[in-house]
Amino acid sequence: MTTPAGTTPAPAQPAVVMRDVGKAFAARRILDDFALTIARGEFVALLGRSGSGKTTLLRILAELDTVDEGTVLAPRNRSVVFQEPRLIPSERVWRNVLLGLPRRESTLARAQEALAEVNLADHARAWPHTLSGGEAQRVALARALVHRPDLLLLDEPFAALDALTRLRTQALVHELWHRHRPAVLLVTHDVDEALRLADRVVVLTDGKVGLDLRVDLPRPREGTGSRFGDLRSQLLAELGVARPSSPA
Amino acid sequence: MTVQDSRCAPGELGRDPAANENLAVSGDPAVADRAALATPFELTDLSRRRNAPGRRAGLRRVRWLLRGLVPAALLIAWQWSTSAGLVPPTTLASPKSVFEAARDLIADGELQTALRVSTGRALAGLVIGAGIGVAAGLVAGLWKLGEELVDSTLQMLRTVPFIALIPLFVVWFGIGDTPKIVLIAVACVFPVYLNTFAGVRGVDRRLIEVGRVFGLSRTRMITRLVLPNALPSVLVGIRYAMGISLLALVAAEQINASSGLGALVMNASNQIRTDIVIVGVVVYALLGLLVDLVVRLLERLLLPWRPTIVKS
Repeated sequence: MTTPAGTTPAPAQPAVVMRDVGKAFAARRILDDFALTIARGEFVALLGRSGSGKTTLLRILAELDTVDEGTVLAPRNRSVVFQEPRLIPSERVWRNVLLGLPRRESTLARAQEALAEVNLADHARAWPHTLSGGEAQRVALARALVHRPDLLLLDEPFAALDALTRLRTQALVHELWHRHRPAVLLVTHDVDEALRLADRVVVLTDGKVGLDLRVDLPRPREGTGSRFGDLRSQLLAELGVARPSSPA
Repeated sequence: MTVQDSRCAPGELGRDPAANENLAVSGDPAVADRAALATPFELTDLSRRRNAPGRRAGLRRVRWLLRGLVPAALLIAWQWSTSAGLVPPTTLASPKSVFEAARDLIADGELQTALRVSTGRALAGLVIGAGIGVAAGLVAGLWKLGEELVDSTLQMLRTVPFIALIPLFVVWFGIGDTPKIVLIAVACVFPVYLNTFAGVRGVDRRLIEVGRVFGLSRTRMITRLVLPNALPSVLVGIRYAMGISLLALVAAEQINASSGLGALVMNASNQIRTDIVIVGVVVYALLGLLVDLVVRLLERLLLPWRPTIVKS
């Protein structure tokens, strides 16, 4: 582990607090005495091998799954972007964006404002099926941000996009996070993506935090340089890719 | 010849393990590479085979002509065999006399009256039956308790062939319009029920999760996520029901009908007027065609978000 950089504030005002969390599916323990704190406005990326329980962790914070034991504290105002856009096919884009907003706030103008932020202002009246994968995912992002969430949960939102669209969408997420400053939990299996976007990268290993790295690199990050490479090898080692590592 | 050429390449690959063994021993990859590249094979010209757009376009141009060929031949054979006296008119009237019978029936308004009476029955039965089917499907689909109460009962009743109910309905409702409308309604309930239930239950679980994440109430989940998702399925059910309503109409009108298309056809049958009987059959067929058009129009109006409909 690295020492936290002095520039970021200590988690005095947490957005997420998880303590002693346990979660099992059948006989398999997904989370075991797990603890994680995310500060307000902090961008945390969560890495882990497939099946390590990353998505379960996110679903717990989204209140789509329950814990067996422990404490989970999260802001009430949360939004989720899933791996798939999950737009309602029977409603036009702008209605999709306004999903869940109180009626008095549900105006076309509000939707268009949110769509403009993801550069889709002129698609407000389109049907979801006419959008490309990247566009649909940006609509999902607009839908998440229109609530001005205190916690934004991103469940591998770039995984289904082609490489170029992925880079563009990552930059967009970074920009929007910078502008609105929600706390972010990004679940991903892409080490470079985690290092480019996050303040902190957490690796989930055997139901616990196997590694908690503060990414003390200036933004925007190009993904080059020796420090970046150094952090990457540490993460890959923890994930068991670069060289076999002993369990944490 | 060309086929064998293309088989050369896998043959090359088949030799690869041996090359790899050499590689392991000699430790010089360049040697193995050179050995693999030295074995010759011919290239096949894949661009030689082309589409023949001219022939296909030509076929498309005369497609309608081709499709009409067999029906036209049948019509000519029909006209010829009846007018030549091979088939007596009591067995099968000629197309010409069928056409004349239709013209006469339209001229004195008999056909229009019969059509109005019959479509009225079919429509009334359809509306009642589809209404019950949609309501039952929603109750069973949206509430577990509803499923327990409704589903097994309807699944049981579904096994009864509706035509078997005609004698019972005659006893219950007499021989007027009522037994016919009830029969059509009963026949229409099941396809609509089954498809509505399946549509409601088939809603994407992942969309429901989105609804939960963004805090939709149960009512809004139903109106914004479940019902629109079920609508295409409901329309499929109604499409089936429309076809079945026509079938039930014909079956119901064969018995004790004093008015309507069925009465017209049965009276003509008693008088061995095959020309009028065929007019009736053709009108039933046209009704079936009309039903299909109406359903397509409904789908276009009600499901604008569906990609297949937008494209067509």
